[in-house]
Amino acid sequence: MSTEILMPALSPTMTEGNLSKWLIKKGDTVKAGDLIAEIETDKATMEVEAVDEGVVLDLLFKEGEANIPVNKAIAIIGDPNEKVELKKEAPIEKVNEEKKIEKNIETKIETKKDNIIDTTSPKIEEDRNLSSEEITMRQALRDTMAEEMRKDNKVFILGEEVAEYQGAYKVTQGLLQEFGKERVLDTPISEHGFTGLAVGAAFKGLRPILEFMTFNFSMQAIDQIINSAAKTLYMSGGQINCPIVFRGPNGAAAQVAAQHSQDFSSWYSQVPGLKVIAPSTPYNAKGLLRSAISDPNPVIFLENEILYGLKGPVNNDINFSIPIGKANIEKEGKDLTIVTYSIMLQKSKEAALRLKEEYNLDTEIIDLQTLRPLDTETILNSVKKTNRLITVEESWPFGSVGSEIANIVQRDAFDYLDSPVIKVNSADVPMPYALSLEKLYLPQVDDIIDAAKKVSYIK
Amino acid sequence: MKKLQKADYIKMYSFMLKIRRFEERAAQLYGMGKIGGFCHLYIGQEAVVVGILMTIDKNDSVVTTYRDHGHMIARGLDPKRIMAELTGREDGYSAGKGGSMHMFSKENNFYGGHGIVGAQVPIGTGIAFTHKYNGEKNICRTYIGDGAMNNGQVFEAFNLAALWKLPVLYIIENNKYGMGTSVDRAAAGLDLYKRGEAFGIPGEKVDGMNVFSVIEAADKAGKYVREGNGPYIIEVQTYRYRGHSMSDPAKYRTKEELDNYKQTDPIEIVKAEILKKKIATNDEIEKINKETLEEIKNAAEFATNSPFPKDSELYTDVYL
Repeated sequence: MSTEILMPALSPTMTEGNLSKWLIKKGDTVKAGDLIAEIETDKATMEVEAVDEGVVLDLLFKEGEANIPVNKAIAIIGDPNEKVELKKEAPIEKVNEEKKIEKNIETKIETKKDNIIDTTSPKIEEDRNLSSEEITMRQALRDTMAEEMRKDNKVFILGEEVAEYQGAYKVTQGLLQEFGKERVLDTPISEHGFTGLAVGAAFKGLRPILEFMTFNFSMQAIDQIINSAAKTLYMSGGQINCPIVFRGPNGAAAQVAAQHSQDFSSWYSQVPGLKVIAPSTPYNAKGLLRSAISDPNPVIFLENEILYGLKGPVNNDINFSIPIGKANIEKEGKDLTIVTYSIMLQKSKEAALRLKEEYNLDTEIIDLQTLRPLDTETILNSVKKTNRLITVEESWPFGSVGSEIANIVQRDAFDYLDSPVIKVNSADVPMPYALSLEKLYLPQVDDIIDAAKKVSYIK
Repeated sequence: MKKLQKADYIKMYSFMLKIRRFEERAAQLYGMGKIGGFCHLYIGQEAVVVGILMTIDKNDSVVTTYRDHGHMIARGLDPKRIMAELTGREDGYSAGKGGSMHMFSKENNFYGGHGIVGAQVPIGTGIAFTHKYNGEKNICRTYIGDGAMNNGQVFEAFNLAALWKLPVLYIIENNKYGMGTSVDRAAAGLDLYKRGEAFGIPGEKVDGMNVFSVIEAADKAGKYVREGNGPYIIEVQTYRYRGHSMSDPAKYRTKEELDNYKQTDPIEIVKAEILKKKIATNDEIEKINKETLEEIKNAAEFATNSPFPKDSELYTDVYL
C-alpha cells in the first residue's frame, strides 16, 4: 500500500508552502522520524519528518517549487512492488482524528482566503502609480519600514525575533541584513522593559518602531504605552513628544484561543494622546504605516495575522502616504452603510455582494483605516445619505469602536436614521479554541447580512 | 577625582539649602491650599542629588521619580517655575498640566518626574540607549526609589542595559520606606545595590547623608559608565524627614529614629566642613542663608501670582 506525503500546515495561518529542499530521493527507504524535506512557510523554513515507513516511490514536486497548497501530495512512499496510482484531486482523508482537525483548519483558511478575493477599491483604481505586481501585506509593511529607515537614521526597529529570526511573521525579513544590528534589535521576552526603553528613546529624539509579536503581549507593557507614551506630551506642557510606532498583529489568528486572540482596537482608541490605525489591504498598509512612522506622536498600528498573506497592488512611490484620520469609502451605495475596519472589511465586502444579489440592497462600505482620530465626517455623511447603519468589527461588543460610532450617529444624525444602528461584534466571551466555537465567536458574513436585513426591515 | 574647589563647597551648600527652603515653602503653600494633589518632599535627601550634580555634564540626561522638586533645582532649573508648576499655574515647567509629580525640562535634559513607581527605569535606560545610538559620550542618570526595587520592569531594564551595555547610571535613593512600608518588610535581601549582580552590573552602597561620599561614588561610577562599560548601580542610604507625601503623618516610624538621622543632617555636614576648612565665615554663610530664603520667598510669590492656565489649554498638547 502506498502513502502520500502531504504538504503540511506548519503554522496556524499557513495556506501554502515552498519546497526548498528534498532530503530524500526516489528509491530511498524512509522510517518514521526521518527528515524528508525542507519547507518554507509563511513564517520560516522548517524540516519535515516522515510519519510513515516505506520506499520513496515518487517525488511529485521539484526543489524550489513554490506555492504548493497545504494538504497537496508532495511525495509517495510505499512498497516498491506495488503499482502506484496517483489521485488527481482530493487529498487522502486520514482516519486519524488529528489529521481531521488539520483538514478543518485548512478548510477554514481556504474559506478565509475566499473572503479576501477583491482587494481593489475605487481609490486604488484611481491611483496612477499603482504597481502592476501584487505584493502581500507583510511585504508592504516591510518595504515601508525599509524605505523609512533608509530616509531617516533615527528610525530603528526592536522587538522579539525581529532580527536574526527575520520576524515571527516575517514582517521584518531582510531588515537586519540591510540595516545591521544597531538598528534592528532582537529583544528578550520582556515587553514591559523594552517598551519603556523604546519610549525613553523616543522622548530623547529617536523614532522607534516597536513590534509586539502580538498585541496580546502589549498588555505586559500597557502602563508604558498609556502612562508614559500617551500622556507625557500633555504632562510636560508640550515639551516632550513620543514619536513611536507600536505595531504587530492584533485580534484572532486561527485557533490560537483566548490569550492570543484578543482585539485591542477599542482599548487603545479610548486613549487621548494615542493615534490608532488598522489597515485592511497592502495598499493602505503601506500608505498608513508611512504616515505612522512620520508622525510625531505615539501610534498604535494594529495589523492582522490572517491578512499578512493578502496580496494586492500598492503604490511604490517612497513618499506615498495615506493621511491618518481619513476613512476610505471602499464602495459607494445608497441603501445602507457598513462601517468597518481591518479584516472585517473583507467579510463586509462579501456580505455586500450577497446583499445586492439576494435582496437588491446597495451597500456603502466605509473602511475606517484610522480608529483614532475617527473620521466622523465621512461616517455622518454616509448615514445622511443611506439612513441606515451597521458597524462590523472583530472586537468584543462592550464599549467597542462601533459603540462610539453609534453614539456619535445618534447624537449628530438622529433625524436621518430610519432604523436603530446595529453593531456586529465578536461574542462577549473569551475566544474558544475549538474550531466550531471559534467560528461562532467571530462575526461571519451571515451575521452581517442578518444585521443589514434588520436595519432594512427585511424579514 | 578632581579636587573640590572652594567654589564647589559653596555651590553644594547653596543648592542643598535652596532645596530645603524650597520644600519647606512648598509644605507651607500646601497647607494654605495653594498646592493640591500629591506633593512629595525631598527634605533630608538633599545630599544625594547635589552630590550627583557635582559630577554631571550638562549634556547628560536625568530621569527621576515623583519626588522630583529637589532634582529640578539641582539641575539648575528656576525655582520660580518649579513652584509655579506646584501651584498649577501657566508659568510652571509643564504649564500647569503636570503638577508636582510630572515636571520636565527638555532643554535641560531633565526627562521627569514620573508618577508611576518604576516606570522611569526603562525610560532612563532608553534615553541612555539614545546616547549610545547617537554616538554621544553622555550618560543617563536614572534615579530609583527603594520601593521600585521590587518592581519587575526595573529588572527587565537592568537586563537590557547590561545586555546592550548602555550608558546608564542607576541611583537607588534608599530612604528606608516605600510609602509606609519599611524596606525590610518589602524587599527580600536588603542590599539593593546587589540586585544587578545577576546581570553583571556592579553596585555599591554609599552614605547618602554625606555629600562627599556621594560625590566620590558618583564620580567613580560615572566614569565607569561613560567609558562604555555598561550600567552601574549606586545605592544611596538616605532618609526623608517628612512623610511619604504631605498627607502622610509617618506614624510607622519613631521620633527617635527621625531625630537620630537629623543628627547627621546633610546640610550641617557641609556647613561644618566649610567652616572647618575656612572656606567661608559664619557671616558669609549667613548671607547665603538670607539670599536663599529671599529667592524662595520670591518663587512662592511668583507661583501664587502667576495666572491659572487658560481654559483653552485643556485641549492643547494632546498631540503634536
